[in-house]
Amino acid sequence: MIIKIFGQLIDVIGKENLAFDVVEDTNALIKKLQEMYPPLTNLKYAIAINKKIIQNNTALKQDTEIALLPPFSGG
Amino acid sequence: MNNQTSYERYQRQILLKEFGIKSQQKLLQSKVLVVGAGGLGCAALQYLVAAGVGTIGIVDDDIVSLTNLHRQVLYNMQDIGLSKAKVAADKLKALNDEIIINIYNERLTNQNAFGIINNYQIVVDGTDNFSSRYMINDACVLLSKPLVYAAISKFEGQLAVLNVKNNTNTRAINYRDLFPVPPKNDEILNCAEAGVLGILPGIIGTMQANETIKLITGIGEPLINKLLTYNALNNSVYEFGLSANEEAQAFIPTYKNAFLKMNYEWLCSSTLNNQFEIDTLKFDSLIEDDNTMIIDVREKNEQPVVDEFKHVQISLSELSNKQMLIEEDTIILFCQTGTRSLQAAKLMYEVFNQSKKIVSLKGGIFEWKKKHQFQEIK
Repeated sequence: MIIKIFGQLIDVIGKENLAFDVVEDTNALIKKLQEMYPPLTNLKYAIAINKKIIQNNTALKQDTEIALLPPFSGG
Repeated sequence: MNNQTSYERYQRQILLKEFGIKSQQKLLQSKVLVVGAGGLGCAALQYLVAAGVGTIGIVDDDIVSLTNLHRQVLYNMQDIGLSKAKVAADKLKALNDEIIINIYNERLTNQNAFGIINNYQIVVDGTDNFSSRYMINDACVLLSKPLVYAAISKFEGQLAVLNVKNNTNTRAINYRDLFPVPPKNDEILNCAEAGVLGILPGIIGTMQANETIKLITGIGEPLINKLLTYNALNNSVYEFGLSANEEAQAFIPTYKNAFLKMNYEWLCSSTLNNQFEIDTLKFDSLIEDDNTMIIDVREKNEQPVVDEFKHVQISLSELSNKQMLIEEDTIILFCQTGTRSLQAAKLMYEVFNQSKKIVSLKGGIFEWKKKHQFQEIK
Protein backbone atom coordinates (compact mmCIF):
# COMPACT_ATOMS: atom_id res chain seq x y z
CA MET A 1 0.00 0.00 0.00
CA ILE A 2 1.11 3.54 -0.61
CA ILE A 3 0.07 6.21 1.85
CA LYS A 4 0.06 9.80 0.56
CA ILE A 5 1.03 12.21 3.29
CA PHE A 6 -0.10 15.84 3.22
CA GLY A 7 0.77 19.11 4.93
CA GLN A 8 2.70 19.18 8.14
CA LEU A 9 2.28 15.42 8.57
CA ILE A 10 5.12 15.21 6.03
CA ASP A 11 7.38 16.72 8.71
CA VAL A 12 6.28 14.05 11.19
CA ILE A 13 6.62 11.08 8.84
CA GLY A 14 9.55 12.40 6.86
CA LYS A 15 8.21 11.69 3.38
CA GLU A 16 5.27 12.34 1.09
CA ASN A 17 4.76 8.74 -0.01
CA LEU A 18 5.01 5.98 2.55
CA ALA A 19 5.14 2.36 1.35
CA PHE A 20 3.40 0.10 3.83
CA ASP A 21 2.69 -3.63 4.14
CA VAL A 22 -1.02 -4.23 3.86
CA VAL A 23 -2.93 -4.30 7.15
CA GLU A 24 -6.50 -5.39 7.76
CA ASP A 25 -8.27 -2.08 8.16
CA THR A 26 -7.80 1.62 8.88
CA ASN A 27 -7.92 1.13 12.67
CA ALA A 28 -5.00 -1.29 12.45
CA LEU A 29 -3.23 1.14 10.14
CA ILE A 30 -3.62 4.05 12.54
CA LYS A 31 -2.37 1.94 15.42
CA LYS A 32 0.72 0.87 13.48
CA LEU A 33 1.43 4.39 12.27
CA GLN A 34 1.16 5.73 15.81
CA GLU A 35 3.65 3.14 16.99
CA MET A 36 6.07 4.11 14.25
CA TYR A 37 5.48 7.86 14.55
CA PRO A 38 4.35 8.65 18.11
CA PRO A 39 3.65 12.38 17.46
CA LEU A 40 0.78 11.25 15.19
CA THR A 41 -1.16 10.22 18.29
CA ASN A 42 -1.87 13.82 19.19
CA LEU A 43 -2.50 15.14 15.69
CA LYS A 44 -5.79 15.53 13.88
CA TYR A 45 -6.15 14.45 10.29
CA ALA A 46 -8.73 13.08 7.89
CA ILE A 47 -8.20 9.73 6.17
CA ALA A 48 -9.09 9.16 2.55
CA ILE A 49 -9.45 5.72 1.01
CA ASN A 50 -9.43 5.62 -2.76
CA LYS A 51 -9.97 9.40 -2.88
CA LYS A 52 -12.93 9.42 -0.52
CA ILE A 53 -12.78 10.76 3.01
CA ILE A 54 -13.92 8.02 5.40
CA GLN A 55 -15.65 8.31 8.77
CA ASN A 56 -15.52 4.70 9.96
CA ASN A 57 -13.11 1.81 10.12
CA THR A 58 -12.56 0.62 6.55
CA ALA A 59 -11.04 -2.58 5.15
CA LEU A 60 -7.79 -2.21 3.22
CA LYS A 61 -6.29 -4.14 0.32
CA GLN A 62 -2.88 -4.12 -1.34
CA ASP A 63 -4.04 -1.71 -4.03
CA THR A 64 -5.96 0.68 -1.75
CA GLU A 65 -4.88 4.30 -2.08
CA ILE A 66 -4.63 5.94 1.30
CA ALA A 67 -4.17 9.61 2.12
CA LEU A 68 -3.66 11.36 5.43
CA LEU A 69 -4.90 14.96 5.32
CA PRO A 70 -4.36 17.38 8.19
CA PRO A 71 -6.29 20.65 8.38
CA PHE A 72 -4.49 23.82 7.26
CA SER A 73 -4.97 27.13 8.99
CA GLY A 74 -2.99 29.53 6.77
CA GLY A 75 -4.57 32.19 4.62
CA MET B 1 -27.03 45.60 -17.21
CA ASN B 2 -27.91 49.19 -17.88
CA ASN B 3 -25.03 50.99 -19.52
CA GLN B 4 -22.42 50.72 -22.20
CA THR B 5 -19.45 50.91 -19.81
CA SER B 6 -20.57 47.81 -17.98
CA TYR B 7 -21.04 45.88 -21.17
CA GLU B 8 -17.63 46.90 -22.42
CA ARG B 9 -15.94 46.08 -19.13
CA TYR B 10 -17.24 42.52 -19.07
CA GLN B 11 -17.44 42.01 -22.82
CA ARG B 12 -14.71 39.37 -23.03
CA GLN B 13 -16.44 37.04 -20.60
CA ILE B 14 -19.93 37.80 -21.89
CA LEU B 15 -18.63 36.62 -25.27
CA LEU B 16 -18.27 33.10 -23.89
CA LYS B 17 -21.44 31.30 -24.91
CA GLU B 18 -21.35 29.21 -21.69
CA PHE B 19 -21.22 32.43 -19.68
CA GLY B 20 -23.07 35.11 -21.62
CA ILE B 21 -25.09 38.08 -20.44
CA LYS B 22 -27.11 35.94 -18.02
CA SER B 23 -24.08 34.98 -15.97
CA GLN B 24 -22.90 38.56 -15.93
CA GLN B 25 -26.24 39.71 -14.61
CA LYS B 26 -26.14 37.06 -11.89
CA LEU B 27 -22.68 38.25 -10.87
CA LEU B 28 -23.75 41.90 -10.77
CA GLN B 29 -26.69 41.01 -8.53
CA SER B 30 -24.64 38.80 -6.21
CA LYS B 31 -23.28 39.63 -2.77
CA VAL B 32 -20.09 37.99 -1.56
CA LEU B 33 -18.38 38.36 1.81
CA VAL B 34 -14.61 37.82 1.87
CA VAL B 35 -13.34 37.16 5.38
CA GLY B 36 -9.64 37.94 5.64
CA ALA B 37 -7.82 40.26 3.26
CA GLY B 38 -4.55 38.36 3.51
CA GLY B 39 -2.88 36.13 0.95
CA LEU B 40 -6.01 34.28 -0.14
CA GLY B 41 -8.26 37.32 0.22
CA CYS B 42 -6.05 39.61 -1.89
CA ALA B 43 -6.09 37.14 -4.76
CA ALA B 44 -9.77 36.24 -4.52
CA LEU B 45 -10.89 39.86 -4.12
CA GLN B 46 -9.13 41.11 -7.24
CA TYR B 47 -10.84 38.60 -9.51
CA LEU B 48 -14.23 38.85 -7.84
CA VAL B 49 -14.14 42.63 -8.23
CA ALA B 50 -12.80 42.45 -11.77
CA ALA B 51 -15.46 39.90 -12.76
CA GLY B 52 -18.23 42.20 -11.54
CA VAL B 53 -19.60 40.67 -8.34
CA GLY B 54 -22.09 43.45 -7.51
CA THR B 55 -21.55 43.77 -3.76
CA ILE B 56 -18.43 42.69 -1.92
CA GLY B 57 -17.80 42.84 1.82
CA ILE B 58 -14.24 42.76 3.16
CA VAL B 59 -13.71 41.81 6.80
CA ASP B 60 -10.26 42.22 8.35
CA ASP B 61 -9.05 43.93 11.51
CA ASP B 62 -5.36 43.64 10.68
CA ILE B 63 -2.92 46.23 9.39
CA VAL B 64 -0.42 45.84 6.56
CA SER B 65 3.10 44.81 7.56
CA LEU B 66 6.29 44.28 5.57
CA THR B 67 6.16 40.47 6.04
CA ASN B 68 2.78 40.47 4.24
CA LEU B 69 4.02 41.96 0.99
CA HIS B 70 5.54 38.80 -0.53
CA ARG B 71 2.05 37.31 -0.87
CA GLN B 72 -0.61 39.94 -0.15
CA VAL B 73 -0.36 41.66 -3.48
CA LEU B 74 -3.01 44.35 -3.03
CA TYR B 75 -0.65 46.24 -0.70
CA ASN B 76 2.53 48.18 -1.29
CA MET B 77 5.18 49.73 0.92
CA GLN B 78 3.27 52.95 1.47
CA ASP B 79 0.43 50.95 3.01
CA ILE B 80 2.46 49.51 5.89
CA GLY B 81 0.64 50.26 9.14
CA LEU B 82 -2.69 50.97 7.44
CA SER B 83 -5.92 48.98 7.71
CA LYS B 84 -6.00 46.08 5.27
CA ALA B 85 -9.75 46.27 4.73
CA LYS B 86 -9.56 50.00 3.89
CA VAL B 87 -6.48 49.82 1.68
CA ALA B 88 -7.86 46.78 -0.14
CA ALA B 89 -11.17 48.56 -0.75
CA ASP B 90 -9.37 51.64 -2.16
CA LYS B 91 -7.29 49.55 -4.55
CA LEU B 92 -10.30 47.54 -5.64
CA LYS B 93 -12.43 50.63 -6.24
CA ALA B 94 -9.72 51.86 -8.60
CA LEU B 95 -10.09 48.56 -10.45
CA ASN B 96 -13.89 48.64 -10.66
CA ASP B 97 -15.99 51.57 -9.45
CA GLU B 98 -19.25 50.06 -10.70
CA ILE B 99 -19.67 47.71 -7.77
CA ILE B 100 -20.36 48.26 -4.08
CA ILE B 101 -17.57 47.47 -1.61
CA ASN B 102 -18.40 47.33 2.09
CA ILE B 103 -15.55 47.66 4.56
CA TYR B 104 -15.61 45.90 7.93
CA ASN B 105 -12.46 47.01 9.69
CA GLU B 106 -13.02 44.57 12.54
CA ARG B 107 -12.43 40.96 13.43
CA LEU B 108 -15.26 38.60 12.53
CA THR B 109 -16.31 36.94 15.78
CA ASN B 110 -19.35 34.96 16.85
CA GLN B 111 -20.71 38.23 18.27
CA ASN B 112 -20.85 40.11 14.95
CA ALA B 113 -20.88 37.20 12.47
CA PHE B 114 -24.66 36.84 12.09
CA GLY B 115 -25.18 40.54 11.49
CA ILE B 116 -22.48 40.74 8.85
CA ILE B 117 -22.91 37.38 7.08
CA ASN B 118 -26.68 37.80 6.78
CA ASN B 119 -26.16 40.59 4.23
CA TYR B 120 -24.40 38.26 1.81
CA GLN B 121 -25.16 35.23 -0.34
CA ILE B 122 -21.81 33.48 -0.21
CA VAL B 123 -18.93 33.56 2.27
CA VAL B 124 -15.31 33.21 1.15
CA ASP B 125 -13.02 32.08 3.97
CA GLY B 126 -9.50 33.46 3.68
CA THR B 127 -8.71 33.61 7.38
CA ASP B 128 -5.46 32.45 8.94
CA ASN B 129 -6.50 30.64 12.14
CA PHE B 130 -8.67 27.75 13.24
CA SER B 131 -10.88 29.60 15.70
CA SER B 132 -12.10 31.86 12.89
CA ARG B 133 -12.48 28.97 10.48
CA TYR B 134 -14.65 26.90 12.83
CA MET B 135 -16.67 29.93 13.84
CA ILE B 136 -17.30 30.87 10.18
CA ASN B 137 -18.26 27.29 9.34
CA ASP B 138 -20.74 27.08 12.20
CA ALA B 139 -22.24 30.47 11.31
CA CYS B 140 -22.64 29.44 7.66
CA VAL B 141 -24.34 26.19 8.73
CA LEU B 142 -26.74 28.08 11.00
CA LEU B 143 -27.48 30.69 8.34
CA SER B 144 -27.49 28.21 5.41
CA LYS B 145 -24.84 30.15 3.49
CA PRO B 146 -22.51 28.50 1.01
CA LEU B 147 -18.89 28.65 2.19
CA VAL B 148 -16.02 28.73 -0.26
CA TYR B 149 -13.21 27.40 1.87
CA ALA B 150 -9.48 27.58 1.21
CA ALA B 151 -6.44 27.21 3.41
CA ILE B 152 -2.71 26.99 2.84
CA SER B 153 0.33 25.51 4.51
CA LYS B 154 3.91 25.94 3.27
CA PHE B 155 3.65 24.67 -0.34
CA GLU B 156 0.17 23.14 -0.24
CA GLY B 157 -3.37 24.43 -0.54
CA GLN B 158 -6.83 23.05 0.21
CA LEU B 159 -10.02 24.19 -1.48
CA ALA B 160 -13.67 23.17 -1.10
CA VAL B 161 -17.19 24.45 -1.63
CA LEU B 162 -19.01 23.67 1.59
CA ASN B 163 -22.54 23.87 2.91
CA VAL B 164 -24.13 23.47 -0.50
CA LYS B 165 -26.57 20.65 -1.04
CA ASN B 166 -26.23 18.54 -4.17
CA ASN B 167 -27.94 15.47 -5.55
CA THR B 168 -25.59 12.92 -4.08
CA ASN B 169 -26.05 13.66 -0.41
CA THR B 170 -28.95 14.07 1.94
CA ARG B 171 -27.62 17.17 3.63
CA ALA B 172 -25.00 19.79 2.85
CA ILE B 173 -21.47 18.85 3.89
CA ASN B 174 -19.60 21.33 6.08
CA TYR B 175 -16.08 21.77 7.42
CA ARG B 176 -16.78 19.74 10.56
CA ASP B 177 -17.62 16.70 8.43
CA LEU B 178 -14.01 16.84 7.31
CA PHE B 179 -12.34 18.01 10.52
CA PRO B 180 -14.84 17.67 13.41
CA VAL B 181 -12.99 19.64 16.06
CA PRO B 182 -10.23 22.24 15.86
CA PRO B 183 -6.64 21.19 16.35
CA LYS B 184 -4.94 22.95 19.19
CA ASN B 185 -3.09 26.10 18.27
CA ASP B 186 0.26 24.45 18.88
CA GLU B 187 -0.62 21.39 16.81
CA ILE B 188 -0.60 22.97 13.37
CA LEU B 189 1.65 25.89 12.58
CA ASN B 190 0.26 28.89 10.72
CA CYS B 191 1.97 30.89 7.98
CA ALA B 192 3.84 33.03 10.48
CA GLU B 193 5.32 29.98 12.16
CA ALA B 194 5.69 27.43 9.37
CA GLY B 195 6.30 29.79 6.46
CA VAL B 196 4.46 29.93 3.16
CA LEU B 197 5.49 30.23 -0.47
CA GLY B 198 4.31 33.70 -1.54
CA ILE B 199 2.72 32.63 -4.79
CA LEU B 200 0.69 29.80 -3.19
CA PRO B 201 -2.19 31.92 -1.78
CA GLY B 202 -2.22 33.70 -5.16
CA ILE B 203 -2.97 30.39 -6.89
CA ILE B 204 -5.39 29.04 -4.29
CA GLY B 205 -7.14 32.40 -3.71
CA THR B 206 -7.69 32.73 -7.45
CA MET B 207 -9.21 29.24 -7.52
CA GLN B 208 -11.42 30.31 -4.63
CA ALA B 209 -12.69 33.24 -6.72
CA ASN B 210 -13.28 30.86 -9.61
CA GLU B 211 -15.36 28.50 -7.46
CA THR B 212 -17.35 31.48 -6.18
CA ILE B 213 -18.06 32.70 -9.71
CA LYS B 214 -19.09 29.20 -10.84
CA LEU B 215 -21.37 28.88 -7.84
CA ILE B 216 -23.07 32.20 -8.57
CA THR B 217 -23.44 31.75 -12.30
CA GLY B 218 -24.13 28.02 -12.33
CA ILE B 219 -21.51 27.29 -14.98
CA GLY B 220 -19.17 24.32 -14.78
CA GLU B 221 -18.85 22.05 -11.78
CA PRO B 222 -18.07 23.77 -8.50
CA LEU B 223 -16.16 21.69 -5.93
CA ILE B 224 -19.31 20.83 -3.99
CA ASN B 225 -18.62 18.07 -1.44
CA LYS B 226 -15.08 17.74 -2.67
CA LEU B 227 -11.75 18.71 -1.21
CA LEU B 228 -9.10 19.72 -3.72
CA THR B 229 -5.46 19.74 -2.71
CA TYR B 230 -2.68 21.42 -4.68
CA ASN B 231 1.04 21.12 -4.20
CA ALA B 232 3.03 24.01 -5.66
CA LEU B 233 6.32 22.07 -5.65
CA ASN B 234 5.26 19.24 -7.93
CA ASN B 235 1.92 20.51 -9.29
CA SER B 236 0.10 17.48 -7.94
CA VAL B 237 -3.63 17.99 -7.64
CA TYR B 238 -5.98 15.62 -5.85
CA GLU B 239 -9.72 15.66 -5.40
CA PHE B 240 -11.23 13.83 -2.44
CA GLY B 241 -14.92 13.10 -2.03
CA LEU B 242 -16.33 14.35 1.27
CA SER B 243 -18.85 12.43 3.34
CA ALA B 244 -21.20 13.25 6.18
CA ASN B 245 -20.01 12.73 9.73
CA GLU B 246 -23.16 12.78 11.86
CA GLU B 247 -21.29 12.62 15.14
CA ALA B 248 -19.36 15.77 14.28
CA GLN B 249 -22.55 17.75 13.75
CA ALA B 250 -23.11 17.76 17.51
CA PHE B 251 -20.22 20.21 17.79
CA ILE B 252 -22.13 22.84 15.85
CA PRO B 253 -24.36 24.97 18.05
CA THR B 254 -27.94 24.45 16.96
CA TYR B 255 -29.29 27.95 17.41
CA LYS B 256 -28.09 31.53 17.58
CA ASN B 257 -27.83 31.95 21.35
CA ALA B 258 -25.73 28.80 21.69
CA PHE B 259 -23.50 30.10 18.90
CA LEU B 260 -23.09 33.43 20.70
CA LYS B 261 -22.02 31.60 23.84
CA MET B 262 -19.32 29.59 22.15
CA ASN B 263 -15.75 30.56 22.87
CA TYR B 264 -13.99 29.69 19.64
CA GLU B 265 -10.63 31.09 20.70
CA TRP B 266 -10.74 28.88 23.68
CA LEU B 267 -11.77 25.68 21.93
CA CYS B 268 -8.51 25.97 20.04
CA SER B 269 -6.29 26.62 23.02
CA SER B 270 -4.28 23.68 24.22
CA THR B 271 -3.22 24.50 27.74
CA LEU B 272 -6.64 24.26 29.30
CA ASN B 273 -7.46 20.61 28.70
CA ASN B 274 -5.92 19.32 31.91
CA GLN B 275 -8.27 21.26 34.12
CA PHE B 276 -11.24 19.61 32.41
CA GLU B 277 -10.17 16.01 32.52
CA ILE B 278 -10.16 13.39 35.26
CA ASP B 279 -8.81 9.85 35.05
CA THR B 280 -10.70 6.66 35.87
CA LEU B 281 -9.33 6.57 39.45
CA LYS B 282 -10.59 10.02 40.26
CA PHE B 283 -13.84 9.18 38.48
CA ASP B 284 -14.37 6.11 40.67
CA SER B 285 -13.83 8.17 43.80
CA LEU B 286 -16.68 10.46 42.73
CA ILE B 287 -19.22 7.86 41.52
CA GLU B 288 -20.96 7.61 44.90
CA ASP B 289 -20.66 11.30 45.73
CA ASP B 290 -24.09 12.89 46.31
CA ASN B 291 -22.89 16.24 45.14
CA THR B 292 -21.81 14.91 41.75
CA MET B 293 -23.92 14.45 38.66
CA ILE B 294 -22.70 12.13 35.91
CA ILE B 295 -23.90 12.76 32.37
CA ASP B 296 -23.52 10.45 29.38
CA VAL B 297 -23.22 12.87 26.43
CA ARG B 298 -23.47 10.16 23.79
CA GLU B 299 -26.52 9.89 21.57
CA LYS B 300 -29.18 7.42 22.70
CA ASN B 301 -28.45 3.74 21.98
CA GLU B 302 -24.73 4.16 21.55
CA GLN B 303 -22.56 1.23 22.64
CA PRO B 304 -21.37 0.17 25.13
CA VAL B 305 -24.34 0.26 27.48
CA VAL B 306 -23.44 1.64 30.90
CA ASP B 307 -25.26 0.18 33.91
CA GLU B 308 -22.44 0.08 36.43
CA PHE B 309 -23.14 3.50 37.95
CA LYS B 310 -25.91 6.04 38.25
CA HIS B 311 -25.98 8.65 35.48
CA VAL B 312 -28.26 10.56 33.17
CA GLN B 313 -28.13 10.69 29.40
CA ILE B 314 -28.13 14.10 27.71
CA SER B 315 -26.47 14.01 24.29
CA LEU B 316 -24.02 16.71 23.29
CA SER B 317 -26.52 17.96 20.72
CA GLU B 318 -29.18 18.40 23.41
CA LEU B 319 -26.74 19.75 25.93
CA SER B 320 -25.95 22.87 23.93
CA ASN B 321 -29.66 23.69 23.77
CA LYS B 322 -30.63 23.10 27.35
CA GLN B 323 -30.91 25.68 30.03
CA MET B 324 -29.56 23.54 32.81
CA LEU B 325 -31.10 23.23 36.22
CA ILE B 326 -28.51 21.18 38.04
CA GLU B 327 -28.24 21.15 41.80
CA GLU B 328 -25.01 19.20 42.15
CA ASP B 329 -21.78 21.20 42.35
CA THR B 330 -19.72 18.78 40.30
CA ILE B 331 -20.65 17.57 36.84
CA ILE B 332 -18.79 14.71 35.19
CA LEU B 333 -19.33 14.13 31.50
CA PHE B 334 -18.42 11.03 29.60
CA CYS B 335 -18.68 9.62 26.07
CA GLN B 336 -17.02 6.75 24.25
CA THR B 337 -13.47 8.03 24.05
CA GLY B 338 -13.47 11.33 25.92
CA THR B 339 -13.37 13.66 22.91
CA ARG B 340 -17.00 14.73 22.82
CA SER B 341 -17.25 14.94 26.59
CA LEU B 342 -14.21 17.24 26.69
CA GLN B 343 -15.88 19.48 24.13
CA ALA B 344 -19.07 19.28 26.18
CA ALA B 345 -17.18 20.22 29.35
CA LYS B 346 -15.91 23.36 27.66
CA LEU B 347 -19.41 24.18 26.42
CA MET B 348 -20.91 23.73 29.88
CA TYR B 349 -18.17 25.75 31.48
CA GLU B 350 -19.41 28.59 29.29
CA VAL B 351 -22.93 28.15 30.64
CA PHE B 352 -22.07 27.81 34.32
CA ASN B 353 -19.00 30.00 34.24
CA GLN B 354 -17.24 29.12 37.48
CA SER B 355 -20.24 28.24 39.61
CA LYS B 356 -19.73 24.50 39.12
CA LYS B 357 -16.84 22.12 38.65
CA ILE B 358 -17.20 20.53 35.24
CA VAL B 359 -14.94 17.71 34.11
CA SER B 360 -14.73 15.05 31.44
CA LEU B 361 -13.73 11.40 31.89
CA LYS B 362 -10.40 11.05 30.10
CA GLY B 363 -10.34 8.13 27.66
CA GLY B 364 -14.11 7.83 27.91
CA ILE B 365 -16.19 4.83 28.89
CA PHE B 366 -13.99 2.59 26.74
CA GLU B 367 -11.02 3.34 28.96
CA TRP B 368 -13.12 2.99 32.12
CA LYS B 369 -14.54 -0.41 31.09
CA LYS B 370 -11.09 -1.60 30.08
CA LYS B 371 -9.67 -0.74 33.51
CA HIS B 372 -12.52 -2.44 35.33
CA GLN B 373 -12.54 -5.59 33.22
CA PHE B 374 -8.86 -5.91 33.93
CA GLN B 375 -9.47 -5.62 37.66
CA GLU B 376 -12.20 -8.27 37.56
CA ILE B 377 -9.93 -10.71 35.78
CA LYS B 378 -7.22 -10.15 38.38
